[in-house]
Amino acid sequence: MKTYRFAVRTAKEILRDPLTLFFGIGFPAVLLLLLSAIQANVPKEVELFEISHLTPGVACFGLSFLTLFSALLIAKDRSGAFLQRLYATPMGAHSFILGYTLPIIPIALAQTVVCYLLALILRLPFSANLFLVLLAVLPNAWLYISMGLLFGSILTDKQVGGICGALLTNLSAWLSGIWFDLALVGGVFEKIANLFPFVHAVELTRAMQAADFAGALPHFLWVLGYDLAITIAAVFLFLRQMKKN
Amino acid sequence: MNAIQCEHLTKRYPAVTAVDDLNLAVKEGELFALLGVNGAGKTTTVKMLSTLSSPTSGDAILLGKSIVHDREEVKRLIAISPQETAVAPNLTVFENLQLIAAAYGFGKKEANEKSEAIAKQFGLDSVRNRRAGKLSGGWQRRISIAMALIGDPKILFLDEPTLGLDVLARAELWDMIRALKGTVTTILTTHYMEEAEMLSDRVGIMKEGKLLAVGTVEELKTLTGCEKLEDAFVFLIRKGAAQ
Repeated sequence: MKTYRFAVRTAKEILRDPLTLFFGIGFPAVLLLLLSAIQANVPKEVELFEISHLTPGVACFGLSFLTLFSALLIAKDRSGAFLQRLYATPMGAHSFILGYTLPIIPIALAQTVVCYLLALILRLPFSANLFLVLLAVLPNAWLYISMGLLFGSILTDKQVGGICGALLTNLSAWLSGIWFDLALVGGVFEKIANLFPFVHAVELTRAMQAADFAGALPHFLWVLGYDLAITIAAVFLFLRQMKKN
Repeated sequence: MNAIQCEHLTKRYPAVTAVDDLNLAVKEGELFALLGVNGAGKTTTVKMLSTLSSPTSGDAILLGKSIVHDREEVKRLIAISPQETAVAPNLTVFENLQLIAAAYGFGKKEANEKSEAIAKQFGLDSVRNRRAGKLSGGWQRRISIAMALIGDPKILFLDEPTLGLDVLARAELWDMIRALKGTVTTILTTHYMEEAEMLSDRVGIMKEGKLLAVGTVEELKTLTGCEKLEDAFVFLIRKGAAQ
């Protein structure tokens, strides 16, 4: 009950913030519309932003805002006395951690569904494989949600705006191969990008969309590795700040 | 019976001793005010007693439970209304109450009943469906105390409950706090002398982590030969500084 109520509170705090709707749903939708419009105006043989290639990327990029929402909520709770009040109740650490993270999973799924529904309107061919994308959302969402817990545990709400709002979304955009093929740049840039999880999250989604399980596996393992490492670090840092409070 | 028994309670930070060998007993149902200038150690004392911070040495026994050894049991006995506004801003007033009721382990039905009762008791019905973050400071303080009481605490910590409130809002909160006397043991920290004078059964005066004097307002006035609590406070603080 404690965890459930706290999770409901997390969901309400996030969903009642108009910025969530704008950045979480609106911004990815605008990107999809804009880039599809560009694609429609270039010669057909030029595949700049082909919808079936673009949609998994935009869906993943949209998840990066979940880190911002989650980290901002935790950092704001820490900066005020709200968490202090709750820390003095019998609520356990697990209730806080699960309450901050679990409710973001359905938000991530909803965000992806909206993105794909819009893509279908923009003539993404329908296929049963699209449902497989929902499986890819889980490890990808876990990645961004755990980053939210991590950054929210160590940064102030103002720092979260800079680190998660600007830096992370840019890293997630440029190092993910959403807008251009990383091999086109090649060299050190491509090597660095491949060390980060963002490109693997996008490639995992693309492979699942194509029902290419063998192709998805290495990317899944990359994302899973990051998921586990960041989650362990995030839980450790959250518990540390909880003790410090 | 004593609700709180501090025994050599001490909190040291690398650069400063925030609370220095505090020995204090507070009776059940008593409203005890902790007075002191900034940095006196009032908030650190409250943080230790409410299990938010561990003492460096010493202990405090709250209704038979140690803040060092029985932290989880202590948490079931206490509640805190922190100095800063401590509400979930995007939740409604009623949702805030339900959340805290759930944090104390009440099931859905009981949490709703508790929330209804406390909303009525604190006159929150007119704002129950409004988002807490949109309400005035006075309302938020009122909600904050209601949230602290929803878990039926035996001991309540009120850290500067009327800081920054206008005269009317302060008077309303004083009535609410006064109504708790005799049923809930309350530790009140405040900068306002008239608040301590109006509300408290006894007053403790702290300076630089040490408890300089404890007594009723009248006892402190007699002790210092002053007519007002404010003068007695200044006398004791200056005397403490001279020592």
